[in-house]
Amino acid sequence: MNVNSNSYTYLFSVIMVVLVAVMLSVAALSLKPAQDANIELEKKQEILKSLGVEVSREEAGGAFDEFIKEQIVLKGGQPVANPEVPAFAISMADAVAKPSDQREVPLFIAERDGQTFYIIPVRGKGLWGPIWGYVSISSDGYTVTGATFGHKGETPGLGAEISTPVFTDQFPGKKLAVNGAYQGIAVRKGDASGDHQVDGISGGTITSVGVENMLNDCLQPYIAYLLSRSASSAPAEAAAATSDTLISAL
Amino acid sequence: MSQTTTKSEPKEALFSKKNVKLLSDPLNGSNPVTVQVLGICSSLAITVKLEPAIVMGVSVLVVTAFANLITSLMRNLIPNRIRIIVQLVVVAALVIVVDQILKAYVYDVSKQLSVFVGLIITNCILMGRIEAFALANTPWKSFLDGIGNGAGYAAVLIIVAFIRELLGSGQLYGYQVVPESWYIHNGGWYSNNGMMLLPPMALIVLAVLIWVQRAKFRQLIED
Repeated sequence: MNVNSNSYTYLFSVIMVVLVAVMLSVAALSLKPAQDANIELEKKQEILKSLGVEVSREEAGGAFDEFIKEQIVLKGGQPVANPEVPAFAISMADAVAKPSDQREVPLFIAERDGQTFYIIPVRGKGLWGPIWGYVSISSDGYTVTGATFGHKGETPGLGAEISTPVFTDQFPGKKLAVNGAYQGIAVRKGDASGDHQVDGISGGTITSVGVENMLNDCLQPYIAYLLSRSASSAPAEAAAATSDTLISAL
Repeated sequence: MSQTTTKSEPKEALFSKKNVKLLSDPLNGSNPVTVQVLGICSSLAITVKLEPAIVMGVSVLVVTAFANLITSLMRNLIPNRIRIIVQLVVVAALVIVVDQILKAYVYDVSKQLSVFVGLIITNCILMGRIEAFALANTPWKSFLDGIGNGAGYAAVLIIVAFIRELLGSGQLYGYQVVPESWYIHNGGWYSNNGMMLLPPMALIVLAVLIWVQRAKFRQLIED
């Protein structure tokens, strides 16, 4: 057999490519369930983290069922009765590509220590690639109680700092509305003591601006719904909240 | 060492002196990283912490060993004109399998390694060993050579990562080893060397390693 003849070379390549393709498909398909489970648990872990619940990935599944009481899908600020895609399975990457009133976006409603929290997924662009996160909001519908951020490949030590507590710990207590109207959180340089400001990351300006745009883009469509929901579920609390905002606005 | 001579060799013990040398040489005098200066890119990039360095080292070891073994098994069947392509396909297939396994079973580490698992394909150690050794030697010898070279690479990675993690973040394998009370912010005198976390320091650590090795094995010094 002449291993250097043309026909042998073709035959060899064809057999090799088919064999390798079959082998890789089998490997990819058989490992996919385990990989998907990892991704799903990581998402649950991140959602819980924004709620202030730190769990390992193994525990995330159980803890998620324990804390998350309701998952709904919103479109144009209104709940969708029978969503095509369940809330948990919605891809934020696809959602944020659409104009904000045509998006179907998930809202996770959690209960912790008898308090209700709303958890909103956010997604946007950093300097090098996508950034994402979860923002949890208290039962009044506009006070941030926690935030987590993740990123695909922001610069380590600069933009990548958005996922560290140094940055995320600034969010609890910030407000997303004034007098029932949305007002976002600005990521600023320097003083950030106000209710609608957080301190950006030095040297990570574009990532910081990305976070600000992401928050505005993704949080705004929810606020009207959250405010009306909290007003209907707890009128007294909502009234108190309105006077709070009046005071802070003065 | 041509194909004909190795084929006609009398049967020798699995771990004969020559075979053991295939395993141990890359750990000493012919280390792929410090002596042959191959695979530098990834050894700079993923040696900030021990855990990813160990996983990367093991991944490369598995890939070199099996790529050598598979190529050696096929060495008499591979058409000479497309042998580089065949080698690449073997390596790429193995790397994809390793990547999928890491994603399924050690998800956190696979996230830290990110693109570098895929870049094992371009690691010069692999192509170097296949081209220089596996194509001309028996499967068992090639397998040992692959393990030896993978281990030589892993050893360097682990030493560099040990130094960088210890000095850069005061930890080893994620556990704090420098007492918290030593740190300046806790009223102590110690501070981590942030430089250690950056790739240039990996280059310097690696250079020191090469220096130490050259000082110990004087026969490695080139004119």
